[in-house]
Amino acid sequence: MASSEAILEVKDIHTFIGQFHILEGVSVSLPRGSIGVLLGRNGAGKTTTLRTIMGITPPRSGEVRFEGQRLNSMRSFSVARMGIGYVPEHRAIFKGLTVRENLHIAERRSGDFTRKADLIFDLFPDLKRLVHLPGGNLSGGQQQMLAIARALVPDNRLLLIDEPSEGLAPVIIEQLMHAIRRLSEQTTVLLVEQNFRMASQLADRYTIIDEGQSAVAGDMRDLVKDQALIQRYLGVA
Amino acid sequence: MRPNILVSVALLVAVVAFGYFLSPDLGSFGITIMSGLFQGMLLFLVASGLSIIFGLMDVLNFAQGAYFMVGAYVSYSVHHSPDVMAAIPDPNIRFFLSVISAVAVGAILGGLLERFLLRPLYARPVFQIVLTFGVAIVMTEAVKFIWSTNPYSWTVLFSLRDQSFQLFGQSFGVYRLVVIGIGFALIILIGLLLQRTRIGIIIRAGVEDREMVEALGINVRMVFTLVFTIGCAVASFGGAIAAPFLGASAGLANLFLLSAIAVVVLGGMGSYAGTAMGSLLLGLALSVMQVFAGKPQIGLPVLASMTPMMLMILVLLVRPGGLFGKGR
Repeated sequence: MASSEAILEVKDIHTFIGQFHILEGVSVSLPRGSIGVLLGRNGAGKTTTLRTIMGITPPRSGEVRFEGQRLNSMRSFSVARMGIGYVPEHRAIFKGLTVRENLHIAERRSGDFTRKADLIFDLFPDLKRLVHLPGGNLSGGQQQMLAIARALVPDNRLLLIDEPSEGLAPVIIEQLMHAIRRLSEQTTVLLVEQNFRMASQLADRYTIIDEGQSAVAGDMRDLVKDQALIQRYLGVA
Repeated sequence: MRPNILVSVALLVAVVAFGYFLSPDLGSFGITIMSGLFQGMLLFLVASGLSIIFGLMDVLNFAQGAYFMVGAYVSYSVHHSPDVMAAIPDPNIRFFLSVISAVAVGAILGGLLERFLLRPLYARPVFQIVLTFGVAIVMTEAVKFIWSTNPYSWTVLFSLRDQSFQLFGQSFGVYRLVVIGIGFALIILIGLLLQRTRIGIIIRAGVEDREMVEALGINVRMVFTLVFTIGCAVASFGGAIAAPFLGASAGLANLFLLSAIAVVVLGGMGSYAGTAMGSLLLGLALSVMQVFAGKPQIGLPVLASMTPMMLMILVLLVRPGGLFGKGR
């Protein structure tokens, strides 16, 4: 269950990609053990926020803290080693590697995969019979499961998952929601999700990002009741 | 059969059949094939590093040929040095030591180039090309400064280099056969390294998506340094084992570079299997075209030097992504 202690604190980050000022003041606070979601229209800066936390597009100003430690100037491999797993948009699984190799490469200590295999195959039983297949041969849903499974191999205390439902059939989305809900019993999750129904059913906390700035944040149950806010920032009824 | 293997086998068969057609007897045919395999293996030793470095790091290392040249000079120097001769009179042991020395020098120079010159330029691809091109020129001039501009011929033979055997009425050098064997062994060894080891899995993953590899907690820059160092060491190893045949000269820097680039392109950019197959194919094609171009009825030696580009164009017409490429 969520505690009041924040595992992740993002304070007023400004991120540039080339000469473009993409994030113009984003703040996110996520209590340990919770599921948070970043909401907002396409191009609002949700993906860039996750990439900034991961150190892929470092912030020019502001602060990112994970368990109290400042991540700002760290490269993404050091951020990952702090205990943060990243499941990017479009999955980014290695298509030429087998499912097993995709999982093995995520080990940070020898034997990580062996220790986590039961949990992974319990959450995603389909993957067990696909371990020898190249990642490129998997369906979209299976690739998404593999991408999440890969983030589970090491002992991550925070998972950043970007658009897990993108392009997937409703039955697969249900499976993923079930898996993410179970994951949140062991780890904190920060999602980016366009599918409001999925986001509202999963998340405890939300932050709406609008034109590169965090506009509103709060308890998900409050947002679900506030149709005006949803309509204003997300354009969904 | 998959199209890439089908096209590769068809081209190999066509080249070998053409070689057979040109040869007056089996002995001459054997010499053509053996020379082709020999050239193919030396090409592989330059091209494999070029291909893996390009695939993983997007760096086209124009200095790869210069490392081959340095390997030849170091190997020559150690083997022919009076001091080393006095300390290690056995030429076989001395040759082994000379190859180890060449590999070590290649690895050190490769590591230094990546760590101190290339690393600051990863965000600037054009600068990288200029840098590696410049480094090749500097290395060639440095070699001329240290060893003079005169080419060196390998004079102190060792037992393997000295031996030959008879087949179909022709004499074949045992050392060529050994180099071919070492080449095939390295093809398998590097292939196993890429397929079976963790570092191999990281390299293959890095060829697909470096950013994601780093986001998994892997220090990709360290992998870059390692791969670049190994790539340069393998090229130096190639120069070292080629030196007993080719000697040591500044011209070695460019001897295989253009052909190796052709191999990387025709094999499929970044594909290790494509590079191995491409090296074999181009080595054999070079040897066959050298015979063809030297025929009195043809008398066009330039045909042989045009072979790498002609073969590359031919392959790209059939498979635009290269033999094992993915249309990059």
